[in-house]
Amino acid sequence: MTTAAAKFKKDVRRVTADLRHRRIINAALDGYAVKRDQKKALFQDWAGARRLAAATKYEAINSLDRCLEQFARGLESRGAKVHWASTGQQACEIIVGILKQRNARSVVKSKAMTAEEIHLNEALARAGLDVVETDLGEFIVQLRDEPPYHIVFPAMHLTRGEIQETFRKRLGDAPSDNPEELTMVARRVLRQKYIQADAGITGANFAVADAGLISLTENEGNARLTGALPRTMITLVGIEKVIPRLEDLALFLPMLATVGAGQLISGYNTLYGGPRQPGEPDGPEEYHVVLLDNNRTRLLADAEKRDTLHCIRCGSCLNVCPIFRNIGGHSYGTTYCGPIGAVLTPVLKGLQEWKHLPYASSLCGACTEACPVGIDLHHHLLEHRRAAAGTKPSWWQKLAFKLFAPVAASKLLWALVTKSGRLGQKLHPIVLGTRLDPAYVWTRTRDLPPIAKTTFKEWWRRTRP
Amino acid sequence: MTITLFIPCYIDLFYPRVGMAMVRILEKLGHKIVCPESPSCCGQPAFNTGYWDESRALAVKVLDQLKDAEVVVIPSGSCGAMIKVFYPVLFAGTPQEPLAKEVSAKCYEFAQFLVDKLGVTDLGAKFPHRVTYHDGCHSLREMNIYEAPRKLLRHVAGLELVEMRQTVCCGFGGTFSAKFPAISTAMGEVKCDLAAETGAEYIVSSDSSCLMHIQGLIDRQRRKLKTIHLAEVLAGDF
Amino acid sequence: MTERENILSRIREALRVPAPQPLGMTETPLPKPEDHRRVLPKVGPSESDRISLFAANAEELRARFVVLPAIEALESEIRSMKDAEGWTRVASHRGELTDIACAKLGVPVLLTDEGYDKTELEACQAGVTECDALIAQTGSVLVTSRGSGGRALTVLPPHHVVLARRSQLVADLPEAMALMRKKYHPNYPSMISIITGPSRTGDIERILVLGAHGPKKLTILLI
Repeated sequence: MTTAAAKFKKDVRRVTADLRHRRIINAALDGYAVKRDQKKALFQDWAGARRLAAATKYEAINSLDRCLEQFARGLESRGAKVHWASTGQQACEIIVGILKQRNARSVVKSKAMTAEEIHLNEALARAGLDVVETDLGEFIVQLRDEPPYHIVFPAMHLTRGEIQETFRKRLGDAPSDNPEELTMVARRVLRQKYIQADAGITGANFAVADAGLISLTENEGNARLTGALPRTMITLVGIEKVIPRLEDLALFLPMLATVGAGQLISGYNTLYGGPRQPGEPDGPEEYHVVLLDNNRTRLLADAEKRDTLHCIRCGSCLNVCPIFRNIGGHSYGTTYCGPIGAVLTPVLKGLQEWKHLPYASSLCGACTEACPVGIDLHHHLLEHRRAAAGTKPSWWQKLAFKLFAPVAASKLLWALVTKSGRLGQKLHPIVLGTRLDPAYVWTRTRDLPPIAKTTFKEWWRRTRP
Repeated sequence: MTITLFIPCYIDLFYPRVGMAMVRILEKLGHKIVCPESPSCCGQPAFNTGYWDESRALAVKVLDQLKDAEVVVIPSGSCGAMIKVFYPVLFAGTPQEPLAKEVSAKCYEFAQFLVDKLGVTDLGAKFPHRVTYHDGCHSLREMNIYEAPRKLLRHVAGLELVEMRQTVCCGFGGTFSAKFPAISTAMGEVKCDLAAETGAEYIVSSDSSCLMHIQGLIDRQRRKLKTIHLAEVLAGDF
Repeated sequence: MTERENILSRIREALRVPAPQPLGMTETPLPKPEDHRRVLPKVGPSESDRISLFAANAEELRARFVVLPAIEALESEIRSMKDAEGWTRVASHRGELTDIACAKLGVPVLLTDEGYDKTELEACQAGVTECDALIAQTGSVLVTSRGSGGRALTVLPPHHVVLARRSQLVADLPEAMALMRKKYHPNYPSMISIITGPSRTGDIERILVLGAHGPKKLTILLI
């Protein structure tokens, strides 16, 4: 077993047995589901909206080169500087370079999973920069030195009491566990950071090709402030974020908010097209957009799984996933968790090291059903398993399946299995529930039904000669 | 018509009554039943685990047994989905591809067959209990079966159908239940909690594999619920 | 080769193999605004439909929406807000409606048009701005860095007051996007923001809190 797999199994055993965790996550996501369904019902045709969204992302991803060039041209025409990074390390170097050149010391950052993916905060810290997350959930997990728990709700696993404790320890300010008061503490602390910050870093939800605009979705206004106050603004964007036309936002903004957070549209959807323009009162002097590949072109090269680049990071596959709901976001040990993480990670970080993620699924398909852009998520998990078994099979599983085929295909051998099974079950109580039990993985938590006195086939032979 | 049954391994060994119930219902409706004695497995465990060659080794035998059938009926959405949905994928690009598609086209899950193919919804059954229905994920999302079993249940005398507030996987997932028993068990507990919330006495399903997992948990945890396959409810023999 | 060329050539190489069509799709027609309008939430055809939908959305979003009978009512409406909340400093920008609103307010007004000091803007209790459009479908306000006093004015002060004319109330998102294109393409303002309700967060136990970073209050006056 790989180290990632061993850690996964260990974490999974702990979290699945944690009934308090189960209660917190289910309560949060059940509340989300009610709101999501209310908003979905406002659409005249949700299924149609999904088809349109899938078609639009299909178009964007399958003309990605043209979309990106058009996108960059639009931005550059307004004086933005567009950088291209093949790897996460390159992107970090570019961003650190910009900040050094601008003599920046303190940086405000609005939530960006892409930045988590390339470990940007660590790179900035190594370069001696002071970086603070401004999204409340991200701010909380940053104070706790934790990665985000969920790609949309980073602190959903924490109770108000735990957050109060974190604020008391790290900020010395936590008047009560009231969510409103705690939020106001964060607001006060972060306002000062904004006023002092030399640079702001954001992610992007969409890159609008034909207009050359970044689109950023949020509710708090933290990204708005990040783009408004500092002298330098940097946006890190994965190359798959493109949509072809400005008009496409009319579809994507409400869909993202509906499945992402149970809102018809998010609080702030902001388009950025460059640094401060002539005649504008404020805004950054410099605007840098860093386009990140980091193995996305590897996904693109896999035509069958290319649709994974349609992902708009709404988190809806996580929210409906019974695996995610029971093992939690941290057990995955990856930037992207849940079904989309289980599909992406083996491609981005290596199949053999991460194949346990596609195997840790009942293939129930709730993710595929929930995906607003029609990614065939659970079938991709199946495909990953096939590739994993094909390139490096487990010898005993292969042998077991090889032996099973002729047994299941033969009337005689199957009858023999039935008979020996009955005998085995007579002896089973001796080892039942112990490590010697060959069915231990099942019987540790579940009873096994007895083999019937007369099996169907025995009955059939007897009654229909 | 002549109906070929495909009886999966766990129904043969653990739940023969499900197969018998199905035979009785279909014979009562005036059909001739045939049932190949082998193979006993559709090859799904190997397929879902990624061992497609090994799965095909079994699946070709299944195709061979079913190729001359008029229709194939399976008391399981999971094995049904394997033959109907995944055989064409498994055999894509092989000489058996046309045969896999042909068998796929005449393959039905039991409830789907009764309601959609035969147009039967009332079998005159009686089951005076409060029940909730568990959708096996393969039935629901691979075979798109939702209404058929409910239509059948609504016509059962004395039966009260109460829906769970969430449609969610029970956590069986084939080899998943053995590879990740902790997750599988947690999912099963959530499922049992949801079913218990409805106040139902029975969880009814068209998938004995899900029920084996759920019943296994119920027995171990001494919960009050009981499980029963749809065919047994409809045959009224208990 | 530059990284730009490297990435683009990897993309072109990858795209030589076509991808299967997305789920449930047989062809890929390029979706148009009419297609979007067919699937998005419905908006009635008349102006009163738009106003009542906007009002309902605003209420759900906890924004205050007031329809003023005439431009003459604007001055007194703003003044009564000032009195009720005890504003001592207000920020705004030059504009037909904002000029009227701020003319006789009786408190210092910081105008952002020619640049400003961030700490001074931060000290203002309200930001009074115009907008490019209101969107009935979602209860949103569309502002730009060009037409609403810059980037910070609409988000930094704790109360954002938006002044809009009836003609600016559009039906839906497709119409708002079309308006942006018509008005600006390709010379877009450096920031365009669709604001929907006051600033909010649910990051602590999914409990709604207003005023996370931006305004705690959003008032929209339709003239």
